[in-house]
Amino acid sequence: MTDAINCGLAILILALAAWTIVARDTFSAVVGFVAYGLLLALVWVQLHGVDVALTEAALGSGLTGALLLYAAARLRATEREARAERPGLPTRVAAALVAACVTVALGIAVLALPDPAPTLAPQTAASIATTGVGNPLTAVLVAFRAMDTLLEAIVVLFALIGVWSLAPDRFWGGRPGTLHHSDPDGVLAYFARVLPPIGVVVGVYIFWVGADFPGGKFQGATLLAAMWLLAVIAGLADTPPIGRTWLRAALVAGPVVFLAVGAAGVAFAGAFLGYPDGYAKPLIKVIEWALFPSLALTLALIVAGAPQRSAP
Amino acid sequence: MSAALDLFTIVAVSAGVVFFLAGTVGLLRFPDALTRLHALTKADNLGLGLIVLGLLPRVDGVQAGLKLVAVWLLALLASAVASQLIARVARRAGQST
Amino acid sequence: MSAFLLAAAGCVLATVALGLVRILRGPGDAERMMAAQLLGSGGVATLLLLGAASGASGVEDVALTLALLAAFASVAFFKRAPGAAADDADRG
Repeated sequence: MTDAINCGLAILILALAAWTIVARDTFSAVVGFVAYGLLLALVWVQLHGVDVALTEAALGSGLTGALLLYAAARLRATEREARAERPGLPTRVAAALVAACVTVALGIAVLALPDPAPTLAPQTAASIATTGVGNPLTAVLVAFRAMDTLLEAIVVLFALIGVWSLAPDRFWGGRPGTLHHSDPDGVLAYFARVLPPIGVVVGVYIFWVGADFPGGKFQGATLLAAMWLLAVIAGLADTPPIGRTWLRAALVAGPVVFLAVGAAGVAFAGAFLGYPDGYAKPLIKVIEWALFPSLALTLALIVAGAPQRSAP
Repeated sequence: MSAALDLFTIVAVSAGVVFFLAGTVGLLRFPDALTRLHALTKADNLGLGLIVLGLLPRVDGVQAGLKLVAVWLLALLASAVASQLIARVARRAGQST
Repeated sequence: MSAFLLAAAGCVLATVALGLVRILRGPGDAERMMAAQLLGSGGVATLLLLGAASGASGVEDVALTLALLAAFASVAFFKRAPGAAADDADRG
């Protein structure tokens, strides 16, 4: 029975992926992608990767879906023109060839993997206790592979800088996105009043249990970001001008604390991002607590987009 | 007692599946956007609600049970709001054509 | 019992997958959004059933996340649909 469900999921995912690529209409493709992200969360649960399923549910389907829907709406004006253009035969043949080559190369790479695949899992599992963290994923992310997580947090920040750099000069330092209005007694405003308190609690909860159970800062931060964006879309809150010092300080606070802990590791544990014996868990907590609000703010501002209005 | 609870789970979950089926059939067969939306909310609210109800006797601990109920309540809220918003877009589209 | 729950999960998944035909056929964007919404609810139901069948921990949290963000795409869809600017005041 499980096999039947897994096969069904695989077929569905492939079909949706094909649809997302083939669909000529941007909106249809985006809806396909939202559905695809949701099914991917199911697949991760089937693979016993509940942490990844959480990330996929929050980021892959939720926040990215909204981001792409906005993008699709902005592209609508130019879509007819884009569709009227048809690349020449050589371009299409070349594209098909390149795509086929990449697929074949990936296929060969996957099939050439040694069986059983090389793994560090036993060593990792044996050393989990030294970190004092119960969730192996958190231990790997913030202790054994802390460097990756640090770079990830910085990449998210770079992505935001990339988004901001699209702003026209006259709006630099202004507020991201358009100003939203909605009927204060309308259904959207109601929704944006009821949901965020619940969402904030769930987001903090998912961050909190991340130490010992599936969850973590990225997933929790995504939920917080989504709740804030909901209030913005409903016109109950406004985006802050990006020139504010407090905003920029809050954005870099997480990575800066992470870097500081890492640098302190050189002095006290003999390695960058090393944790002295017995201090692993408190230090991991400090990093997680520092990253959580910064990540939430960064993710929210990425979706909010480039500045479009000058600050008053 | 356990057999009775199992029976309850089977009945409630099966009923939930039937509502999902009804919602899908409605979405596919009904003639216009608003009636399709009407069918959709049956799946959202009753289908998920009955499945949650059926799973309640099988959870370990009050906390997990409350989480399940919270999932259903949140889905209810989301479905109600989403239906309203989609209906408005559908009506706008209907007026403009 | 877990065989029954798995079967139910499969049924719900197959049913809502059938509804995805609306993404293909449309005719309007509203229908496409409805299919995604249906898949959202069905996905949560499938998730809960699969979790109950396998006894895996943390699955409820995934369902909770999905349910929290369930209306998110629809809100974005409403705000940015054609003609939204004229009707942006959200009056019914």
